[in-house]
Amino acid sequence: MTSGMVFAATGAVLFAMGVAGVVLLDHLMRRILAFNLMGSGAFLVLVGTAQRDGSVDPVPQAMVLTGIVVAVAATALAITLARRLYTLSGRTELSGTDDD
Amino acid sequence: MTDPLVWLIVLPLVWASVAFLLGPSRGARLAVAGLGFQLLLALDLTRMLMTGGPRRYAVGGWGAPLGIDLFADGLSAIMLLLVQSIALLLAIYARSYFKPGAASRHFWPMMGFLVAGMNALFLAADLFNVYVTLELVGLAAVGLVAAGGEAAQLAAALRYLFATLVGSGAYLLAVALVYGTYGTVAIETLAPLIDARPPLAVWLAGALMLAGLLVKSALFPFHFWLPPAHGGAPAPVSALLSALVVKATFYLILRLWLGPFAPLAAAAVWLPSVLGCVAILWGSIMAIRTRRLKLLVAYSTVAQLGYLFLIFPLLAPDGIALQAGVLQAVAHGLAKSAMFAAAGVLIIASGRDAVEGVAGAAQHLPLTLFAFALAGVTLMGLPPSGGFLAKWLLIDAALLQGQWWLAAVVIAGGLLAAVYVFRVLRQAFLIVPENAVIAPVPRVLEWATFVLAAASVLLGLGGMEIVRLLGVGAPT
Amino acid sequence: MSLNELLPLAVLASSLLPGLVIFTLPESSVGLRTTLNLFGAVAKLALIGVLLAGVAAGQSYVFRYAVLPGIDLVFKADALALLFVGLSAVLWLFTTLYAIGYLEGAPHRSRFFGFFSLCVTATMGIAMAGNLFTFFVFYEVLTLSTFPLVVHRGTDKALKGGTVYLAYTLAGGAVLLTGIVWLHNLLGHTEFTHGGVAGTLGMEKAASLRWIFLLLIAGLGVKAAIVPLHGWLPQAMVAPAPVSALLHAVAVVKAGAFGIVRVVYEVFGVEFAQSLDLLTPLAVAAAITILWGSGRALFQDDLKKRLAFSTVSQVSYIALGTALFGPIGTIGGLVHLVHQGIMKITLFFCAGNYAETLGIHKVSEMDSAGRRMPVTTLAFSIAALGMMGAPFTAGAVSKAWLSDGARAASMDWAILVLWASSLLNAAYFLPILWRSWSRRAPAAAWPAEHIPMQGWRETTWLLLLPPLVTAAVTIAAGILADTDFSPLAWAKLIAAREYLESAP
Repeated sequence: MTSGMVFAATGAVLFAMGVAGVVLLDHLMRRILAFNLMGSGAFLVLVGTAQRDGSVDPVPQAMVLTGIVVAVAATALAITLARRLYTLSGRTELSGTDDD
Repeated sequence: MTDPLVWLIVLPLVWASVAFLLGPSRGARLAVAGLGFQLLLALDLTRMLMTGGPRRYAVGGWGAPLGIDLFADGLSAIMLLLVQSIALLLAIYARSYFKPGAASRHFWPMMGFLVAGMNALFLAADLFNVYVTLELVGLAAVGLVAAGGEAAQLAAALRYLFATLVGSGAYLLAVALVYGTYGTVAIETLAPLIDARPPLAVWLAGALMLAGLLVKSALFPFHFWLPPAHGGAPAPVSALLSALVVKATFYLILRLWLGPFAPLAAAAVWLPSVLGCVAILWGSIMAIRTRRLKLLVAYSTVAQLGYLFLIFPLLAPDGIALQAGVLQAVAHGLAKSAMFAAAGVLIIASGRDAVEGVAGAAQHLPLTLFAFALAGVTLMGLPPSGGFLAKWLLIDAALLQGQWWLAAVVIAGGLLAAVYVFRVLRQAFLIVPENAVIAPVPRVLEWATFVLAAASVLLGLGGMEIVRLLGVGAPT
Repeated sequence: MSLNELLPLAVLASSLLPGLVIFTLPESSVGLRTTLNLFGAVAKLALIGVLLAGVAAGQSYVFRYAVLPGIDLVFKADALALLFVGLSAVLWLFTTLYAIGYLEGAPHRSRFFGFFSLCVTATMGIAMAGNLFTFFVFYEVLTLSTFPLVVHRGTDKALKGGTVYLAYTLAGGAVLLTGIVWLHNLLGHTEFTHGGVAGTLGMEKAASLRWIFLLLIAGLGVKAAIVPLHGWLPQAMVAPAPVSALLHAVAVVKAGAFGIVRVVYEVFGVEFAQSLDLLTPLAVAAAITILWGSGRALFQDDLKKRLAFSTVSQVSYIALGTALFGPIGTIGGLVHLVHQGIMKITLFFCAGNYAETLGIHKVSEMDSAGRRMPVTTLAFSIAALGMMGAPFTAGAVSKAWLSDGARAASMDWAILVLWASSLLNAAYFLPILWRSWSRRAPAAAWPAEHIPMQGWRETTWLLLLPPLVTAAVTIAAGILADTDFSPLAWAKLIAAREYLESAP
């Protein structure tokens, strides 16, 4: 197994764990962390595929950098919303439904 | 230099940033001006496409695979026109809707980013660029939902955020797999590379992309985030989201399904339509049962999105199903934005978000009720609206391919829509006590609503134009 | 665009444009609203006069607009269209006058007259539709524009009636749409052609065509009140009298019946329909409706409900005439479309007069109404006699042609049905006439009297004039039936073109 494949396989596992965390966990901060895990998994897969031929491919690395920027922005938004929700209502979890 | 492709993306980014600095009142004027100009650009682009065929533009002069290409064909142009026209009317509406406060301060910049993201999405020519635009649209939309600042809206925004992030995360992983297999993400280059028997990684990529985009399109059973988000946000935000944002991901699924992933499509062809049928039934039933007005309209969105996904088993060279899907997307966009706008007006007037509240307000707002009725006519698929044309084409395509049950679902969906639409409309005819307290509503709100609703009905006469435009560089 | 193309559009515009303007008028501008209404009605009549002359001379008036590839919106003012258009336009004028009088001082008049005009526009569109697609578009617009009229009063009962109405008509519309799209699938178009066009598909498609026929007739049958799809009609009586007059004489039920005529003659073709064995079931359904409607009418005490069931019965005469293979039956059905409209609208005008003037809604309250309101009761009597088929009335003419048509088509059982129906008509109309003319009124008569007697005028002019005129026309159409300007002459023209120009 090439090192690229190791990265890619790890990335896939991390991705799956991250998705499971976002969907199944309850505490907002944990879900945000799980989202970051998911993102890191996807990035690892990208980086892993960048090394397939032995020579380094810069395009996936550029994509990962973009992805990291996006993930940071999304995380910032999520944390801000979660903090505000906590300040307003004391809740750290989303309830079942918010409908009538 | 004045290539409309680039300006359609750059211009909203510019005015959104400036609006952030200028504050809400000047920001609003800037937004309306910017969107007006963008609409002209979109019309210019349409004219160029009709005469010259699909257009491609390399940003900064660097072509693919390292640079970013922008690509416009008939389908992109239709979606661009839809976004600019609805956004313009909603901007005019929102200017008079928002009272000064946190919501209005954040609305204009985020609306600008949302429109910029969507324009870029419709013009994207490679898969990774699509990811970036998806995220931009998603974050802007979440921000808009949360703009009101109340706890319920924040919770709805967080739920939406998690759903949309999972969706784009899956999409990103799929892009990684595709790049790993073929070494390119350009859509045009990929199309001939993916044949009928691709490696496992590509199957996985296709499945992940479909799943991720379905989550973002709120197709049943991934619709859970939509009713609280669209039902709880301020009316112009709900209108933008229901009319436009969910259509963007539908557009992507269509592009990928008809383009690079066409050979794989046969395996999954029944999944979207079965889910679509359930969505139609489930959304309609929930809309019939709910007591809140905006929530009724939000559930209606869940149901109407089901129609869009019915076309996938019917996509065939003669293109009727594609015409049906695009017409439905456009008609629903116009009608749903009108309906949310009307709901917003009625809620301001009656002071509460309840279906019963319509009765008192309706006597004083006949134009708004009429607009709601026109929008309802489109949603029910009754003539003479754009929704009727879409319904006719959909039934025609279903019968042509012998799929009787699809035609039956479409017809049943129309009747169910009639139940919840008339739930609201009948309120307008009830006798109400004269002393009901009605808050005054700016005239602009009523007129913006009416124009949107009238457009969805007049679309019924413009079918030929849309079909002709769709034919430019048609994917099939 | 030539003048010939513009005329059908002008007919539509003559009620659409005033209607849209009326929506925006405040409640108090009675004068302007009345002017717009009457201007529209008179303008429409003038345009129709031009069309009638042109079509009689052989001119064609067709307007075509491509909505989607392969699907056109087509308006064609041919002889059959003008039969319905003429009836609707003339009766619209009188119903407008009547409604102005009936709703004097009532709330939401602008809304009422706005939707009223939309309703007539939709009827014109249905009449002049040149293919099933266009027909369907205006058919559903008619549903949508009549709903606000049915629920106009805003009471719980009105809303319930409106809900039932919508449930029936929207479901019927859905069934109709299925049939139309299926047919479009098979044929590639749905154009109305003299002599029918489904025959080109041949007998291989017989099974599909039978299903399509069933779907189309079922969808149209809801509006045409064919049993058992008629349930909405008595419920819709909750509407104000001008609405009942319009719905039952002109717009909705006639639209359904007219659709059946178009489908049998110009989509399937009467000979092809005969070869598919479709005409006999249609005739049977019509016969059942005729007898059932008349039978139910006998047991209704509410006057408008009795008239509603009478409509259920009488409109199926048209369907029966259509199913009687041969030109005589055709003429009978078509001329009854006009005659029944005139007679029924008279009856509803009079029912509205009784309700508005004396506050009576039931037959049992009508003792000696004839003494208090002789003119109205005279009009009612003439129309009722016409419905029974009494000599010198329009009803007699249509019954005669229908009976002859039945004999010519070797369906002699239909003659029995017609006679039975006439007897039932007598059974439920004669008691009303007897009560109102000869029974003595109880001591405390007319407790709910709204409009007092003024000299010899028993009620307001606007309520009195329309039924008088239409009753007079009932007699005129009967006596002058053989002249060149009667509805009968026009029906003969249509039948001649239908049978002579059709493909063998």
